[in-house]
Amino acid sequence: MTPPPGLLFDGRVRAGGTTCLGPVRMAAEAGRWTCLLGPSGVGKSTLLHCFAGLAGGMTLKGRAGATDGDPLDGRVALMAQSDGLLPWLTVAENVTLGARLRGKRPDRNRAAALLSRVGLGDLGDRKPRALSGGQRQRAALARTLYEDRPVVLLDEPFSALDVAHRARMQDLSARELASCTVLQVTHDPAEAARLGDRLLILTAAGIAEIDTRQAPPIPRAADAGATLDLTGRLTRRLLEVA
Amino acid sequence: MRALRILLPALLGLALWQGAVWVFAPPAFILPGPAEVAGALWQNRALLAEHAGITSLEVLLGLALGAGLGWATAIGLAASPPLARTLRPILVVSQAVPVFALAPILTLWFGYGLASKVAMALLIIYFPVTSAFFDALRSTPAAWLDQARVMGATPARILWHLRVPAALPGLLSGLRLAAVYAPIGAIIGEWVGASRGLGYLMLLANGRAKTDLMFASVLVVAGLTVGLYRAVDALAGRVEARRRA
Repeated sequence: MTPPPGLLFDGRVRAGGTTCLGPVRMAAEAGRWTCLLGPSGVGKSTLLHCFAGLAGGMTLKGRAGATDGDPLDGRVALMAQSDGLLPWLTVAENVTLGARLRGKRPDRNRAAALLSRVGLGDLGDRKPRALSGGQRQRAALARTLYEDRPVVLLDEPFSALDVAHRARMQDLSARELASCTVLQVTHDPAEAARLGDRLLILTAAGIAEIDTRQAPPIPRAADAGATLDLTGRLTRRLLEVA
Repeated sequence: MRALRILLPALLGLALWQGAVWVFAPPAFILPGPAEVAGALWQNRALLAEHAGITSLEVLLGLALGAGLGWATAIGLAASPPLARTLRPILVVSQAVPVFALAPILTLWFGYGLASKVAMALLIIYFPVTSAFFDALRSTPAAWLDQARVMGATPARILWHLRVPAALPGLLSGLRLAAVYAPIGAIIGEWVGASRGLGYLMLLANGRAKTDLMFASVLVVAGLTVGLYRAVDALAGRVEARRRA
């Protein structure tokens, strides 16, 4: 995998005559985990979609791309709130879906290795229906890792999980995506405080950043003082801008 | 319990029928009683079986061809939005033409034999199959499509690996409808011009005032249709169960 690029968005997005994002400038540092928070409807997902190349039907005035100047095509993986597992494929086939969709031969051994890394080693032959919500998100993470992309976009991927599963998924993702540039949209200040190297709040007025320089490296313990402090500061700022 | 659920409505229907015969005492050529029809069924069993075989062949061929053609059309429409925009209104308008009106033309073109009835059954199920499958092809969950695009899939691979398997339930519900419609098509075709088949037998019996034989033919057609529907439904159910479990 090539060294991950940073991400830069600078511009505004319009759809059908209304502005749905910006004008705003947002940067995500290369190889770091950036959390993006903000009130609903401010355009967080739109921003993510611009980097994912999914801004169909929308016009971007400005730029959204990698800081190394190369196009982002083929360098991005996406993990969304719905696990997106296809019900007619086995878990292992879902992990290698990208290969099939690109007309490549699926690498079964790698899929099996990734599944054991996310703790689903013996469930590869099952259909997604047989999995619990937490297991399904693990399978989705394995599918994301299979893509082996330097940039990973996370659109509230853990928001449907209960507290314990969410905490485990956060730890697992932080470990597995350590070498990637990660941009995560989330509504949960506690989650952002655990995972974000950088914490950004997107508002109608622009980007505000919460200082994390004093905080320990990610994933931060949920009950650590620094994490709770960040959670508090994030919550306060979100209350101010809402 | 299950047998009772089927038996009870059947007994009720028979009772109403027999009751009407007793109360209004119509001549047998207007409304024969259940016993007479059962007698006609038994006496003409060889005749009915022969004609039922012909009709079944027409229905099965029409069903297979219509389902195949509908499948291919829906995929073609889904693969090409400009094609869909052009063809879809034509398809809808074509449904405004009553199939009854087409039957004489089909007989003129394809003759009195098997082909015109197969064409009729095909025509009558083509639209439901195409429409049910195409609608399903157009409603693939957006999250799946986004995922596939980010993975770098071409539209053709998205169609084949994602949209088609995702739309399978739509195709199956189209086929369930088709199983009920296809016999109607074949019977209409036989009414308009045939020398064999249950539709022909109904007309023949009607013309000779053999109303009991006509009723017997209707019962056989109904039985065939229910049997076909149940077979297709069971097959579809198995496909759906295998797909998920």
